[in-house]
Amino acid sequence: MLKKKNSKKLLRNLISRLVQGFHFYISIICGNFFSSIILLFLLFSFKTVAQDNSDCFGCHDDESLTGTRNGRTISVFVGEKKFTQFIHGQVPCIGCHVDLKDAEFPHEDDLKPATCNGCHQTEQEQHAKSLHGKALARGDNLAPTCKTCHGSHEILPADNPKSSVYPMKIPFLCGRCHQEGTKVQKQRTIHQDHIIENFSESIHGEGLLKKGLVVAPNCASCHTPHSILPHTDPASSIARKNIASTCTKCHVMIEEVHRKIIKGELWEKKSHILPACIDCHQPHKIRKVFYELGMANKDCMTCHQAESIKSSKDGHSLYVVINEYELSIHNKTACSQCHAEVNASSVRPCETIKQKVDCTSCHAEVGDEYKQSTHGMLAAKKDPNAPTCSECHGTHGTLGKKDPASPIFATNIPKLCASCHREGEQAAVRYKGQEHQIIESYTESIHGKGLMKSGLTVTATCTACHTAHRELPHTNEKSSVNAKNVAATCGTCHHGIQEKFEKSIHSSKISDSQNLPSCNDCHSAHKIKRADSEGFKLHIMDQCGRCHVEIAKTYFDTYHGKVSQLGYTKTAKCYDCHGAHDILSPSDPKSHLSRKNVLKTCQKCHEGATRKFAGYFTHATHHDPQKYPILFWTFWGMTGLLVGTFFIAGVHTLLWLPRSLKWRRELAKRIKDKENLVNKTDLSESKKENGKNA
Amino acid sequence: MERMLKEEDQVLRFSRLNRGLHILMIISFISLSLTGMSLKFSYTSWAVILSHFFGGFEAAGSIHRFAAFVMICVFITHIGDLIRIKRKEAGTWKKLIFGKDSILFNKKDLEDFIGSLKWFLGKGERPEFGRWTYWEKFDYFAVFWGMFVIGSTGLTLWFPEFFTRFMPGWVLNVATIIHSDEALLATGFIFTIHFFNTHLRPEKFPMDIVIFTGRMPLEEFKIDRPQEYKELVEKGELENHLVEAYQPIVIRGIKVFGWTALSLGFFIIIWIIYAMIFSYR
Repeated sequence: MLKKKNSKKLLRNLISRLVQGFHFYISIICGNFFSSIILLFLLFSFKTVAQDNSDCFGCHDDESLTGTRNGRTISVFVGEKKFTQFIHGQVPCIGCHVDLKDAEFPHEDDLKPATCNGCHQTEQEQHAKSLHGKALARGDNLAPTCKTCHGSHEILPADNPKSSVYPMKIPFLCGRCHQEGTKVQKQRTIHQDHIIENFSESIHGEGLLKKGLVVAPNCASCHTPHSILPHTDPASSIARKNIASTCTKCHVMIEEVHRKIIKGELWEKKSHILPACIDCHQPHKIRKVFYELGMANKDCMTCHQAESIKSSKDGHSLYVVINEYELSIHNKTACSQCHAEVNASSVRPCETIKQKVDCTSCHAEVGDEYKQSTHGMLAAKKDPNAPTCSECHGTHGTLGKKDPASPIFATNIPKLCASCHREGEQAAVRYKGQEHQIIESYTESIHGKGLMKSGLTVTATCTACHTAHRELPHTNEKSSVNAKNVAATCGTCHHGIQEKFEKSIHSSKISDSQNLPSCNDCHSAHKIKRADSEGFKLHIMDQCGRCHVEIAKTYFDTYHGKVSQLGYTKTAKCYDCHGAHDILSPSDPKSHLSRKNVLKTCQKCHEGATRKFAGYFTHATHHDPQKYPILFWTFWGMTGLLVGTFFIAGVHTLLWLPRSLKWRRELAKRIKDKENLVNKTDLSESKKENGKNA
Repeated sequence: MERMLKEEDQVLRFSRLNRGLHILMIISFISLSLTGMSLKFSYTSWAVILSHFFGGFEAAGSIHRFAAFVMICVFITHIGDLIRIKRKEAGTWKKLIFGKDSILFNKKDLEDFIGSLKWFLGKGERPEFGRWTYWEKFDYFAVFWGMFVIGSTGLTLWFPEFFTRFMPGWVLNVATIIHSDEALLATGFIFTIHFFNTHLRPEKFPMDIVIFTGRMPLEEFKIDRPQEYKELVEKGELENHLVEAYQPIVIRGIKVFGWTALSLGFFIIIWIIYAMIFSYR
């Protein structure tokens, strides 16, 4: 606004002055209107008179001078003497504070930030395209501006040891934001950790910081000072494609030195095939050199391609199937990278090898996990049964977990684990716990069927629950299958259920009880069935009954319980009323059985149920005179009636029995007598009798 | 019995309708007890087998309800028959209820009961029974009582939503106990006491088929119901009651049915005893 106003004023003065002199001619050529336009062009070709720095220092040299910025009072003192000693000492103030050009003094508060654009346009452009510049454009309050690194009025040249961008100071400068605990490291996505620590320990850091070699690379040497970009950006100096040229800025002849490992091919040209520098020399940790002297695979294979080659110690084959290696995931990793102790200067370079292959030199994090696992702990004790990396992943033919041919491909995992954990195998024999027939059970479980029969690779395999490298027994609190962690483990897939469960009375987040069930207490660990299968539905009542002993008994005294006991599921079972994962105490208003919800719960099956209907005792027992006196006395009344009736009728019958036997004999005798009588009587008489009866 | 029978004459004791009703009663009663007991004793393996035999608890439930319906029909038909008899033969309710051949207990039943007890203990002759003995009357009223008790509670459990509109929910729990225990009493009584009284007592052993044929050999009648015989002879009405015996094939069919019913009854009794003794809870 200020600038516009000033230029308008200036314009008016100029026009009036010029128009007076040239009025005649101009009016002839163009007329009044055109004259003004031409004069406007003329005006912009003139250099405006800049304010002198002394004008500024007239005020700003005063130490007590204050101004306001964003409502805060700040010191706006700039010492003239001091300023002139710095690199920008001769630069006019308005060269950077461009918005003050032609401003009326004293100028207004809340200036725009000073711009470096006037002189440092290239750097400014680089910065704008960089990670920092983009963040700044987004309005990220953590994004650095020029001033953040270079300072403002007291800027020194980069080769001045006192400068904040002097090579040896750069790690500290960058470290202001890029080290542990800073806002940037905490709140923004930075893929590397302990950057400054690692760097200072690295060979570069040591050179720079400990040995004072200013030629040793600092942060900006690799990341560039202004074009800082993520390695995923193809334009970045640390993009995979560019990393070789970045490193070779210093390590010019490195290809010559690395001949034996990378066959002397040019990294810059074949960066898509060859390993990049950082594949072996991790960024920031460059000290870790994997091999002092390189070996080419070809050198190893001169001996190891022979099928007959054997260890002189124990006679095991040392034959390497090169095809296997070439198809493996490590086909870009050289032999000597894993078999690290080779000595290329020896006639037989491998004779110096003393240790077994240590995969953790690359897979350090996995290695740390493994060390904490039962497998790793046993291996540390040199237990012959302990599985090492190669047991599961193979040796030269290692394949990725996404390769169906890999033993660690989802569908192959049960088979892999079974090789030790099947009944009778080494791990199963040592195992003293409750779970048996693990593999068989798993194969028949819903997870096993999903994986093996339906081929669903997303189904839970052994490692999904037990983890791949941190297997621990369930008794260990760190174990993924420890009672405390089971819900979260199952929840990685069954998240919705976990959420419900964690709000239920069975969750340790809600209940203080010590003996809380976790998923496996009801669903089992390895025999998990579909929850809608008959077998599971009937089984679940026993599961609930394992803890809720008394209440389960009373359930089986009611119609619901009796029907389910006959082996049918179409009747109310525990979870039909109490809920499955969202079980809450009936006194909880959110419970399915709370006063508010109970009727709706009954109505799931009994459509016409009323409030009174819900008064049915679903866990009634006639054995409790205190709680259910009516039922107790009804039962004993009925029992009395039963016993009384049977007693009277029984006594009657028992008394009758002997007499009846006698009576039978008497009747038989009577018939016999009568028969004899009939035989003796006259035939005609008997005929007469018969006739009469008919 | 046949070995006692020398003459073809038989005395008609039960009307065709009553015989039919008794057969329906047997069928429905056994169905009800088998399906009902399978639920009552659901914790025994027998019950599980039986329930599956009926095609599941839902099918068993349907059979139970259908049989209950049949039994209620039998009951209503019997009441209708009583009304018909009152109109045609007795004339007034008083005559029907307090008449000589009434099924209601009277003074003679008390005398017969005391007489029987004396006879059991060897202190007297066998009482001379008339149209109905006191134990037959007891059986009749036991069924009458059972019809009301089991029937009413059964209907409550059949339509719980309806009945709890005007009764509290715990009535269903009470109804369950009464229904189930009264049913236990009924089955227990019929399959032991009733079976002994009519079929198993030595003079009738192994089976009295009079309820199916409706007729009894005259000779047997004379001994079994001496008083009724005497009265009929005195009134000269005996001949009105005499009928011909059934064909042997009919008798055989009746015996097959009778044996089936008896065996099922015994089976149920054994099962109940087994459940009560070995796995009661």
